Amino acid sequence: MLILTCPCCGVTAEETEFHGGGEAHLTRHGPDSDDDQFHDYLFMRENPRGVHFERWRHVYGCGKWFHAARDTVTLEVFGTYPAQTTEPPQHIREAISARRPGWSWRGLS
Amino acid sequence: MKRYSAFAIAREAMRHHEGWERAWASPEPKRKYDVIIIGAGGHGLATAYYLGKNFGITNVAILEKGWLGGGNTGRNTTIIRSNYLQDPSAAIFEKSRSLYETMSQDLNMNVMFSPRGVMMLAQTEHEVRGWKRTAHANALQGVTTEFISPRRVKELCPIMNIDGPRYPVLGALWQPRGGTARHDAVAWGYARACSAMGMHVIQKCEVTGIRSEGGKVRGVTTSRGDIDCDKLGIVVAGNSGHVANMAGFRLPLESVALQALVSEPIKPCMDVVVMANTVHGYMSQSDKGEMVIGGGTDGYNNYTQRGAFHHIEETVRALVETFPMISRLKMLRQWGGIVDVTGDRSPILSKTPLENCFINAGWGTGGFKAIPGSGWGFAELMARGHSTLCDGFELDRFREGRFVDESVAAGVAH
Repeated sequence: MLILTCPCCGVTAEETEFHGGGEAHLTRHGPDSDDDQFHDYLFMRENPRGVHFERWRHVYGCGKWFHAARDTVTLEVFGTYPAQTTEPPQHIREAISARRPGWSWRGLS
Repeated sequence: MKRYSAFAIAREAMRHHEGWERAWASPEPKRKYDVIIIGAGGHGLATAYYLGKNFGITNVAILEKGWLGGGNTGRNTTIIRSNYLQDPSAAIFEKSRSLYETMSQDLNMNVMFSPRGVMMLAQTEHEVRGWKRTAHANALQGVTTEFISPRRVKELCPIMNIDGPRYPVLGALWQPRGGTARHDAVAWGYARACSAMGMHVIQKCEVTGIRSEGGKVRGVTTSRGDIDCDKLGIVVAGNSGHVANMAGFRLPLESVALQALVSEPIKPCMDVVVMANTVHGYMSQSDKGEMVIGGGTDGYNNYTQRGAFHHIEETVRALVETFPMISRLKMLRQWGGIVDVTGDRSPILSKTPLENCFINAGWGTGGFKAIPGSGWGFAELMARGHSTLCDGFELDRFREGRFVDESVAAGVAH
């Protein structure tokens, strides 16, 4: 069972209190983008076997969106962080590197 | 290959069953094959079988990282039906269902196909409209289904409570020639037939890389050495994204866990398959007497092969309301499979950006029923470069907006 801590209200709860919102840090392309960019934004997903960043909403709590860094194989949660960012913050990246040496994502590690 | 028959059973009974041979060989991999299929699940083995049977291509290796049929082929609820809304889906699933009808004779292996009938309940007004629409579409597609009344539902499945307080049964979409089959036997039957044609089914051989040259596939790197091939088929269900990554392209897929459970065996009480999409549960009774129950998918990407516990609670709660007599049943086993789900909930049977590399993926929550049809179409695609059965399921349909949208047609189990 997946247990997450909402970074907005600080509550720790199991997954039924939250709702998954899919992959995080997608670039949302606007009206002047080309077909490939729009295709990638709408359909293409990392779907990694391992470290994954995703959006979650604390639906039966504060109602706020946040991000989580999680392993899709072990369900280990490396940390959660506010959604107002375009990439995982330094302390989350360090927490992942400590558990998964050599890990990287879009050139960050 | 010695044929299985009533005579063979009698013959072996006379000599202490010492004459049975191994169903398939376990050869060492060769340096090169005409075709390599990655993944010896139902779809991979069926592809290889029809490559041999329909196109005479038998220099084929099927590589499997685990054991044969040990992924989703052995983890599903064995339901077979073809009552889909969209034309491309109805075509491939009906082809598949019709191949199941004669599979035991074709493969000389009893796959225990049981066309006991599949019933998809309508428990809201929206579902009534939806299923009626599907029944009309099926009539045009040549798929035999009908929308039946609650009374007929009760006649076909007396243990069902059709007056439930929350979700009364308002009717159902009934496919009389849908049913179930023995899932392991399907994989074993195809493997045995492939092996008899001289193909190599190689287990415990994990593909760790895909080699290419000038945009064309050259071969694969495996845990048992490099193997070359002219054509490569990727048929690895939940791990499709992972393997596609090795080939250097991405897929519009996400992998989630879908789970199922079975009860202790009880006396025969239900001779149809019932699916209740509104309440997220489906149930049938196996030949051993176990009630086989399928539930919903997890709400987030994962590769755990077990699934979240609260989904069992949701599924069982809904089924107890629909079938009050199962409330005291003990559940024996629970398991999960990793299903690869696309944006429109329809599969991908397609060429890829890498030349001579083909992908068969995205069957999501409904792959077992499609095994023979998928193998038939995908073999044609690999051998000839085009298959009418695969039309509409191309990889580039997402870019061009040509969806085969089954997520609207059917919610949970589509």
